[in-house]
Formats: sequence, C-alpha cells, structure tokens
Amino acid sequence: MVSKPHGGKLVRRLVAERTRERILSEQKEYPSVKIDHGRAIDLENIAHGVYSPLKGFLTSDDFQSVLDHMRLSDDTPWTIPIVLDVMEKTFDEGDAVLLYYEDIPIARMHVEEIYTYDKREFAQKVFKTTDPNHPGVAKVYSMGEYLVGGEIELLNEVPNPFAKYTLRPVETRILFKERGWKTIVAFQTRNVPHLGHEYVQKAALTFVDGLFINPVLGKKKKGDYRDEVIIKAYEVLFEHYYPKNAATLATVRYEMRYAGPREAIHHAIMRKNFGATHFIVGRDHAGVGDYYGPYEAWDMFDNFPDLGITPMFIREAFYCRKCGGMVNAKICPHPEEFHVRISGTKLRKMIMAGEQPPEYMMRPEVYEVIRSFEKPFVE
Amino acid sequence: MADEKKYTTVSIPKPLYDKIKKRIEGTGFTSVSDYVTYVLREVLASLEEEEKEEVFTEEEEEKVKERLRALGYLD
Ligand SMILES: [Zn+2]
Repeated sequence: MVSKPHGGKLVRRLVAERTRERILSEQKEYPSVKIDHGRAIDLENIAHGVYSPLKGFLTSDDFQSVLDHMRLSDDTPWTIPIVLDVMEKTFDEGDAVLLYYEDIPIARMHVEEIYTYDKREFAQKVFKTTDPNHPGVAKVYSMGEYLVGGEIELLNEVPNPFAKYTLRPVETRILFKERGWKTIVAFQTRNVPHLGHEYVQKAALTFVDGLFINPVLGKKKKGDYRDEVIIKAYEVLFEHYYPKNAATLATVRYEMRYAGPREAIHHAIMRKNFGATHFIVGRDHAGVGDYYGPYEAWDMFDNFPDLGITPMFIREAFYCRKCGGMVNAKICPHPEEFHVRISGTKLRKMIMAGEQPPEYMMRPEVYEVIRSFEKPFVE
Repeated sequence: MADEKKYTTVSIPKPLYDKIKKRIEGTGFTSVSDYVTYVLREVLASLEEEEKEEVFTEEEEEKVKERLRALGYLD
C-alpha cells in the first residue's frame, strides 16, 4: 500500500469551475499581489497536495514552530518554512487577495495574518548560517519585510513547458496502484544520470517494487543542465537499462532552498505525498558549498520517528578497478588508488570539452543525448 | 516564554522513569522527556500507518487513468 499523505489527508485546493469563473470575472475587486516564480510553484504544490498538510502559506505560529522545532504547531514534522513575503502592507488581515505571477491570477488567498520576522533567525535556524554567500540565505535577505499567512485556492496553473511530465500526487498514487506497486522508492535529482546515480537507484530498487525518479525542475544556475536535457537523458536510460515495469519518471516543480539536512526531510515529505514509501537520501543531500557535513542529512532522520516514509541511506558509488565494477565504501576492501570517483563537475567539464566519458562513468546513450543538444547547459 | 505553552506534564510511574533514565545513558537523548516524546511519536505514527488508505471517487480515478494512458504512463 502506498504511503498515506503527510498529515493524513491529501490536500487539494482547486476551486470548482463556476467559482473560478466568478472569481476571475470579479478580479478587479480584489487587492492584487505580485509573486515570483518560486512562490507561484509553491502555490501549485500546496494546491495539488505536494505540500500536504499545508493548505496555504504559514501563519506565525506554524512559522515559529517550524524554525524552533522542525514541526508545525500541531506536531506534524515540517522543516522548511513555506512563506509568502511582501514588501509593504497593501491589504489587511481578513481580506481575500489575488496572487499574480506575470499578470496571470494564480490563486486567491484568504489573509489570516500579516506578521514581521527576523531574517537572521530564519537564516540561522533553517540554513545553519547567516552567511549571505549561501544562496538560500541570500534569498531570505532579499525577501520583503512582512510574511502573509493564510489558505489559498488555485485559479490557474503556472505556465509549464513540461506539463506532460509533471504528475500530481493524485496521479502518481493511482499510477502506483495500477502498476501493483506496494513499496516505492523515490529518487530526487537535478542532474543528468551517471553510473553512480544508476548504481544507487538500482541498489534501492532491489528491495522494493518500484523506482520513482522525480527530477526537480525549477530555477537553474549557470552551468546546470537544462531541464529538457535531464528528461531526455533519463528517457534514453530507461529505454535501454531499466526494467519496464519497475521504474517510472515524472517531474515536479520546486525551487531548491539548499538547506541540506532540513531540506532532505522536506524532499522526503514531498515524495511521501506522491505515494512513495521509501526515499533515497544522498551524500550531501540538498547541500551547497561546505555548509553541511557529507552525511549530516542522514542523522537528521533520527529526529523524525513519525515521518511516515523510510529513508534509504546508500553510500556514494564509485568505480573500483580492482573490483571491476561500481561499488561503495562499505563493500569494497581496496585502497583509494583503485577508485575512480564519478563527479558531476568532472563529467560536465569533459562534455564541454567534447570528450566522451568512459562507459563506466556515463552510458554512451546518455552522452549522445546530451551531445544532441546544441546548448545542453544553462548560460 | 512562547515555549511554556508548548509543553505539558504527564505522569509516569517512578520505576519506569528510572528505567528509562538508565536506558538513555550514553545515547543521543538528553532527557527522559525527549525519549518518551520520541517513543510516543513512533507508536502513534505506526498506528496511523495501519489505518485505511485514502480513496478516490471512481469517476476521478477513471479521469486520471485516461490522462496517464494518454501520456504513456499506463498501457
Ligand atoms: Zn574494490
């Protein structure tokens, strides 16, 4: 049986078509608030239950509880504050407002509370640093002075060039059920697959019915692979190297916070809502720079006996020339000199130089896909 | 001060308290309260796990399956 949604019930915040039409016909009567792309996809995730049990942006009670205890005020595990910030108060508590992303009304929000917060405290508690060089911290420092809490209803989807790959929790749950999968392991990724990823995924799949590869599409940094490259690379990998009835691929839109251990829990919660029963926690999961220890995210799971999804801790894989295959530090007895580490950065450099990586690093089919794009990287 | 509201007191037998206190020596748990909270959360979660899974209406399920078929996720 697939996982129960986090908090017990899958949240759906979509309005009936007639209500939607009425709201849209009256849109001039509502105060309007402009939001950025990250907040817009947060809204989508709330509305489709990816963030169950959240029904909207956090009010101050829940916000403070998430900072202090990594739980909502009702004790449900929750590690990343999902908040809406505004620069100034142009509406009041009790108002209903419309949230606009690039002139599209995305949602109606019932403003329950407008409150101030301490950005340094936010940064320190969530990211474990107040260093503005940390991208998550920089984002917090650039936020508005007020946070707005309250429930939302989705009116329009945020434009999505990959809509056909973007499944919602209600869809993945039915998909898993139809496939007869009772145990499902989810894999979070932002990269094209190399042999190290494949090893970790297949090691995990050995113990469950199905593998759910769930790439995160969203804001990219210069030098990252483009979203379509990641999707196509996985498609070709599935075609040639994955068992047809034991693996599936669907994307989710989400803006990375780079909060390391705390975000690893958040990633697990999202996948629990998709129906996964297990979640692969990687080396330096959701980390950036050297703000977090390589396996610090693993320890974080000790704080959540009630998470409702089982973490799978699989060590980073590397090629051992003595073993003659992909292994990890736990199963290979040979010294470092036999080991070839497969790093995404190294592969990217090779690809940029037009050099084909050896087959024990990257499947040739995957390399061909990347090469078939004129510009595989974000510029 | 906000924290005051967040905690309450429950009674457990003294011998049990002593047993737990001994048990958590040298573990990551710094207090009996922490340990008891941990155990209760775990027990509650496993009880909830056994409750019935969420059901979709047949109509809704059929619509979703249609989309999944159209996208090639289902045969
Ligand atoms: Zn070896």
